[in-house]
Amino acid sequence: MTLDPSAIVARHHGDASRLVQILHDVMAVEGHVAPPVITALARALGLPRGQVEGVVEFYSFFSSEPRGRFRVLFSDNITDEMAGSHELRKHMLDSFRLQPGEVSRDGLVSIGTTSCTGLCDQGPAMLVNDRAIPRLTPARIGAITSLIRGDVPVDRWPDNLFPIASHVERRDLLLSTELSPGAAIDAAIARGAAATIEEITRSGLRGRGGAGFSTGTKWAACASAPGPERYIVCNADEGEPGTFKDRELLAAHADLLFEGMTVAGFAVGASKGILYLRAEYPFLVEPLLATLEARRRAGLLGERVRDAFAFDIELHVGAGAYVCGEESALIESLEGKRGIPRNRPPYPVTHGYLQKPTVVNNVETLVAAALVATHGAGFLRAVGTPKSSGTKILSVSGDVARPGIYEYPFGVSVQQVLDDAGAVDTQAVQVGGPSGMLLSASELHRRIAFEDVPSAGAFMVFDGSRDMLAVVENFTRFFAHESCGFCTPCRVGTTLSAQMMKRVVSGTGSRRDVKDLAKVSNLMRATSHCGLGTTAGNPVLDALAKFRPSFDKRLRSLEVLPTFDLDEALAPAREATARDDEGAHFTNQTSQAEKP
Amino acid sequence: MSPDVKEVKKKLRVATTSLAGCFGCHMSLLDIDERLVPLLDLIELDSSPLTDIKHCGPCDLGLIEGGLCNAENVHKLREFRAHCKILVAVGACAINGGLPAQRNHLDIRECLQTVYLTGLGVERGFIPNDPELPLPLKQVHPLHDVVKIDYFLPGCPPSADAIWQFLTDLIAGRTPKLGHGLIHYD
Ligand SMILES: Cc1cc2nc3c(=O)[nH]c(=O)nc-3n(C[C@H](O)[C@H](O)[C@H](O)COP(=O)(O)O)c2cc1C
Ligand code: SF4
Ligand code: SF4
Ligand code: FES
Repeated sequence: MTLDPSAIVARHHGDASRLVQILHDVMAVEGHVAPPVITALARALGLPRGQVEGVVEFYSFFSSEPRGRFRVLFSDNITDEMAGSHELRKHMLDSFRLQPGEVSRDGLVSIGTTSCTGLCDQGPAMLVNDRAIPRLTPARIGAITSLIRGDVPVDRWPDNLFPIASHVERRDLLLSTELSPGAAIDAAIARGAAATIEEITRSGLRGRGGAGFSTGTKWAACASAPGPERYIVCNADEGEPGTFKDRELLAAHADLLFEGMTVAGFAVGASKGILYLRAEYPFLVEPLLATLEARRRAGLLGERVRDAFAFDIELHVGAGAYVCGEESALIESLEGKRGIPRNRPPYPVTHGYLQKPTVVNNVETLVAAALVATHGAGFLRAVGTPKSSGTKILSVSGDVARPGIYEYPFGVSVQQVLDDAGAVDTQAVQVGGPSGMLLSASELHRRIAFEDVPSAGAFMVFDGSRDMLAVVENFTRFFAHESCGFCTPCRVGTTLSAQMMKRVVSGTGSRRDVKDLAKVSNLMRATSHCGLGTTAGNPVLDALAKFRPSFDKRLRSLEVLPTFDLDEALAPAREATARDDEGAHFTNQTSQAEKP
Repeated sequence: MSPDVKEVKKKLRVATTSLAGCFGCHMSLLDIDERLVPLLDLIELDSSPLTDIKHCGPCDLGLIEGGLCNAENVHKLREFRAHCKILVAVGACAINGGLPAQRNHLDIRECLQTVYLTGLGVERGFIPNDPELPLPLKQVHPLHDVVKIDYFLPGCPPSADAIWQFLTDLIAGRTPKLGHGLIHYD
């Protein structure tokens, strides 16, 4: 297939807000977006060239330079690391004689990392040309290596490489309730729009995406915002490492989700819904489109839903940026721009997609809303705790016998989850992902609920054999990679934290690093522009509070040490001058008490 | 300050140096103009470009402009750290590497080769290799990458007023505070 930028733009009706989707199409043909293509797209869309280039450079799934015909990205979440991903990656790099990120000379292959593929229950995992491969082993890596050597297109790779397993270990309200398509919509119509919102409010449903905002209040604010057009956006970005519960809902309960979006559309008076799906879940695209089509045929989407209102749903695929899970960055991305969080307020409920009133809800929130619409507020109220009604779906991974999806009533203790999942000798649990809360072994009695330990769904378990500082170091790397760079505290702070943690973990740190880690983390928390920066210091601060001895044990000195190897820093100049005299070396690397 | 207080109070001993800097920060220090006179009542200079004392003795305060671009810079910095109770990074170069750090994305070997061997107009060139010469570091570093720095005085250069305010605060035993007009302007 040859690339025709103007034909691709035409296919998207010349709509500049579809730029991210347009770039996906270009990537699918050529594997990169070459500078002349950027120019052509800008012209065809009537955008400044710099804006198109900015979008290409922003998203890690896009590239303006050719990458390998086979683009291998190892998932770099801590659970993948614990399952041996670093060794597997090194093995693969060695067998192709490549450096990380480098493209082989013949243009065949490049091997890098990506933040989290949402396959933590079946890692280590990788993406090859944006297709996910779970459960990597040396044997599977060997097979993949031969397929790449043989230049076999990924479409023709053996089927047994790709299947994504579904490990549902505990079902409660959401995962065990079947609904016949249309039931929630019918119930909402019968009740009326305003009463539906009231029912949602009464159920006590709170957002499952992290912030825990009252869903009924959000819908009511959107419904009463001025203007004729409104939008329902489902946040299926699921970028928080260790979270994969939306994956399960999208794979096995898509009807329920679309039902929830349609109910929301009816309730607030929106006629369009958008599902923002993370690019790491390409295997969900076809089934989701098929479900949408089936619902259109059944009259559950389209111009006349149940002869009562118009509502349809469109699928947008993200492009590998964690920050796009933040609702205002997500909206920017939907509008075809770089995913830079907006100033809030105004909030999306009044100025969202295309500056129109918009509801942004997490997948799990909308699924729960569909059930409330059908069965009433009491259905959710009956379980959970006073301030957290209903259930929470947890994605359990790490050192447990049975990783997978566990749905519990809110209020479940961390220990209960550990027991059910078969965890032994637990040293720590990271609840809610890197941006969440790190719990030590003395806190396992604590409860998953907005009143105590809130969680967006991740539940990563570390047993006594794990180096908790290496865990935290992985998280700091994650934030440094995902910071969008818009504001200085986060852009600079995340990178400084990652560098300092690396020094501490590698045993070259000094007490100054530990002090500065706390300082930088607090500064990010206090001054960052969006939730990514304000939470990026959490793992460091939690670890400093709960695992302080692990830090102190690692320090090479209580004095301030150089942050780099002084003698090694002279090596290139030694080489260029062919010098090896005493003055060409640093003999004293550590002491600052040098006398003249 | 009343005359008798001045007499009992020992003068602060101050050393200054320019590492990988442009002397702009030192010029800014001199820009405090006529306030130099009362300042010299309060301090006495140790090693400094202004005194030509080569090595730093025990001091209360060290002011350093410029970052670290070569081995000698590192030795000088450590000498200052060993002798100064309070060490201040003065100016953008000392704090961030500044302009000299623009070379950080270049390979220092290639720099040396281009400048001394292959560059335009170079004939019979060779890369200087006398042991007397300090070798350049792979990259330019800020001071705090190598030693503990007690205060950072930002600006390129910090204004004379900022330097004055900073020094007088410190001499009077206050924590230096640079407010509006001295480090932020909006
Ligand atoms: C950096 C960052 C990433 C986020 N990622 C997600 C995500 O992947 N999925 C999600 O539902 N919410 C995510 N959120 C929260 C959203 O901003 C928003 O609160 C949520 O989608 C609202 O839906 P809810 O009320 O149903 O929870 C993220 C927030 C931040 C700051
Ligand atoms: S906090 Fe980080 S992710 Fe958020 S706007 Fe600032 S730089 Fe971007
Ligand atoms: S900070 Fe500015 S004035 Fe000071 S040495 Fe550097 S370049 Fe010169
Ligand atoms: S120039 Fe952008 S933060 Fe300073």
